[in-house]
Amino acid sequence: MKIIYTDSLVVGAGLAGLRVAIASKERGLDTLVLSLIPAKRSHSAAAQGGMQASLGNTVKGMGDNEDVHFQDTVKGSDWGCDQQVARMFAHCAPKAVRELANWGVPWTRVTQGPRQVVVNAEKVTIEEAEAAHGLINARDFGGTKKWRTCYTADGTGHSLLYAVDNKAISMGIPVHERMEALKIIHDGKRCHGVIARCLITGELRAYIAKSTTIATGGYGRIYEVSTNAIICEGIGQAMALETGVATLGNMEAVQFHPTAIVPVGILTTEGCRGDGGLLRDVDGHRFMPDYEPDKKELASRDVVSRRMTEHMRKGKGVDSPYGPHLWLDITLLGREHIETNLREVQEICEYFLGIDPAVDWIPVRPTQHYSMGGIRTDATGESPQLKGLFSVGEAACWDMHGFNRLGGNSLAETVVAGMIIGKYVADFGENNDLVVDTRLVEQAMGELSTEIDALIDGHGTESPYILKQEMQRIMMDYVGIFRNGPELDKAVEGLKALLERSRNLIVKNKKRHANPELVEALRVRRMIKVALTVACGAAARTESRGAHAREDFPQRNDRDWLKRTLCCWPDANALEPEIHYEDLDVMQMELPPGYRGYGIDNTIPHPDTATREAEIAVKLAELGENADRYTQQQALMPFELPQELMPKNERLIDKLSAQVGEKNS
Amino acid sequence: MSQGRTLTFNIFRFDPQQPGDKPKMVSYQLDETPGMTVFIALNRLREEQDSSLQFDFVCRAGICGSCAMVINGMPTLACRTLTSKFSDATITLMPLPGFELIGDLSVNTGKFMREIAERLKLWLHPRGDGQDIHVLEAPMDPEEAARLYELERCVECGVCVSACATKQMRETFVGAVGLMKIARFELDSRDARSVDDFYHVIGNQDGVFGCMTLLGCQDNCPKDLPHMQQIAYLRRKMSATLVSC
Repeated sequence: MKIIYTDSLVVGAGLAGLRVAIASKERGLDTLVLSLIPAKRSHSAAAQGGMQASLGNTVKGMGDNEDVHFQDTVKGSDWGCDQQVARMFAHCAPKAVRELANWGVPWTRVTQGPRQVVVNAEKVTIEEAEAAHGLINARDFGGTKKWRTCYTADGTGHSLLYAVDNKAISMGIPVHERMEALKIIHDGKRCHGVIARCLITGELRAYIAKSTTIATGGYGRIYEVSTNAIICEGIGQAMALETGVATLGNMEAVQFHPTAIVPVGILTTEGCRGDGGLLRDVDGHRFMPDYEPDKKELASRDVVSRRMTEHMRKGKGVDSPYGPHLWLDITLLGREHIETNLREVQEICEYFLGIDPAVDWIPVRPTQHYSMGGIRTDATGESPQLKGLFSVGEAACWDMHGFNRLGGNSLAETVVAGMIIGKYVADFGENNDLVVDTRLVEQAMGELSTEIDALIDGHGTESPYILKQEMQRIMMDYVGIFRNGPELDKAVEGLKALLERSRNLIVKNKKRHANPELVEALRVRRMIKVALTVACGAAARTESRGAHAREDFPQRNDRDWLKRTLCCWPDANALEPEIHYEDLDVMQMELPPGYRGYGIDNTIPHPDTATREAEIAVKLAELGENADRYTQQQALMPFELPQELMPKNERLIDKLSAQVGEKNS
Repeated sequence: MSQGRTLTFNIFRFDPQQPGDKPKMVSYQLDETPGMTVFIALNRLREEQDSSLQFDFVCRAGICGSCAMVINGMPTLACRTLTSKFSDATITLMPLPGFELIGDLSVNTGKFMREIAERLKLWLHPRGDGQDIHVLEAPMDPEEAARLYELERCVECGVCVSACATKQMRETFVGAVGLMKIARFELDSRDARSVDDFYHVIGNQDGVFGCMTLLGCQDNCPKDLPHMQQIAYLRRKMSATLVSC
């Protein structure tokens, strides 16, 4: 039995995983990363538009700060997020952007003087301050009050991933590539590492560690069409689920991005609309102002995706052999802008559609894009059930996104959560011993080995490819943008039948080394379980919140549903997960539930909301008018961070007002 | 478009881990569908005809660089190659040369790229201890940032390496990918290394002076990176260090 020992084991070499690995290594811990693929090919690279951080350098970002970013994030989540976590995040985002500049990211910078931009379909000239020249720029994104999305052209994820992986290489952090973690080693209370299979040789290895951090990204590929890379199959979530004790949070919270190209589902960035692009229908009509006169194309993602679907249901879509779509028009931005700031979009249009987006409209429709749900962790990134098991990034439900994530907040989460949780993981590594229980290791490896034997030598009859297609079809048809009880019930029944069938899988290719069919078979039965947590969670949640839109329950129901869904799978033979709920405490919220600003306000209020609002008013009044925003925030909802991350963030405005102060004195 | 065609795929097959297996070409037939890419075709072949077929895709959107292979004689990204591009309905697929073969069309570009990065120290070497992350960042010339991004668009797909005659003859040659990255850090005002430092890693036959200027890299780079210009630039820079010595 091959056993490899380390202090800090990280599964997944995207931005979140690498950032945690760097934090561990910085503290002198032995650190090792497992990845399905070379680190630089991780799905983080596909994030185009940018990451949100309230630097406030550009004139359109002036006045921005942690408070505004926090409020946008909470509203965007439809009050489903953990507000303490959203605070930790908003506070550290500017630090992460600046750290990445130190590591080599060539952030797009502000140029002083006049600059022409497109706002609401009109060319507008804005004037950037002389003092801002050369500082990090930001563009507009949906659901934000300020221009806050820092970017490098439209290859932000690529630049970030390369800089962070280069940093990891410079520190000598090993990445074991083409290693697939499939099982968590645990004793019901403590996680000891994982069992992984080498995708080249087929060798099974045990990786034993003090801490194990799952950073395997989202589960978008349980859907047939998704913007996600084909490796985003939810195996990290499935591993946690299969421990029988760890929980997954809010799995039904699945985001559909408004503008993926038709039919292949490749993303065109929200930066297209942030920079001034428009959505048009079959008649060429710009329809978003009809639905959302205030925010228009830059309403929150869930809202835009629903409005697009509604509009297509009215027959206003453009017919195609692949079903109806709408148009994304960025021609008004001009060729120069497209060829510098939106060149990945231009390449995608050229290669996959054969069109020139400076001249032609782009066929788009809402497509599965992001998993708000994931492995439930506390604010330090650790599983509440399994000590030593951490999760970070899209894989996790740290829960800064609640039921809808803002554009630019996922790339931000990877590096910000990686920075924060990385420190907690390192603390854990310093304060805990390596526990080696060979009996547990043998048991876990034996289970995986038996599973593989049965797939190769067993008497099963089911094809992994067919089961996967059927699962993906069910998710597309019944667990999409709009949901309803009867369809969700169909989904649950269909998936349960598939799970039963998945116990009867067989592979035709009998090789025990590199065998893509075996890989598929090992994954598909895990994916079906993940799909069941999504469908069961959605069927049980009889309200609409953020991206979870129930046609039969259109109201956001704070009274009964201001709670987080938790799924676990204690009985390995069961056909569905157990569901529990965790209340969100309104009395602890800095920003009590309110109107999000889209459509009619049909919320059923929580009884504590009015009480908490009154309490906040009293607290603020007690502090007096002269209390600064930091004091006010602390009074309402104190939050903790590792000490090194507590300092305030300096901004251009602070520097400018200090200079003015000096002149006046 | 060429709807209704039957495509013939001639695919290189070899499993180096299978005792007795020998490299061979195998033909497969597939009905073409509108908008079909080599990504779609290979997945269908694997699901419907031969489940042992090995190849690599990740983003399937031309972003991650996983899927480079030789398609009808030219190295390129398979995910964004439309089958309709080939008028004679025959498509020959070979693995990228110059890399360790994992099996069939799958090669170990990741291992190669990590080794090059370690050997050439392809990361930012900041001046001093770097800037405090709690205070205003150091300004950078906006033009410089834009130029850096242009050079940083490399996706490490390995096409330039496989298209390089020098690399095929000289195992230790760093290839256009290595030189492009050096050029990127050389341009970065935040990097503390001097031209002399770079000379020590690429001022030799394995670096800029090994290039025969056949420019297969420039011709085939899926990201249209200016390899020719950057290699010429680095050569002049490196030569200048010799003159000044």
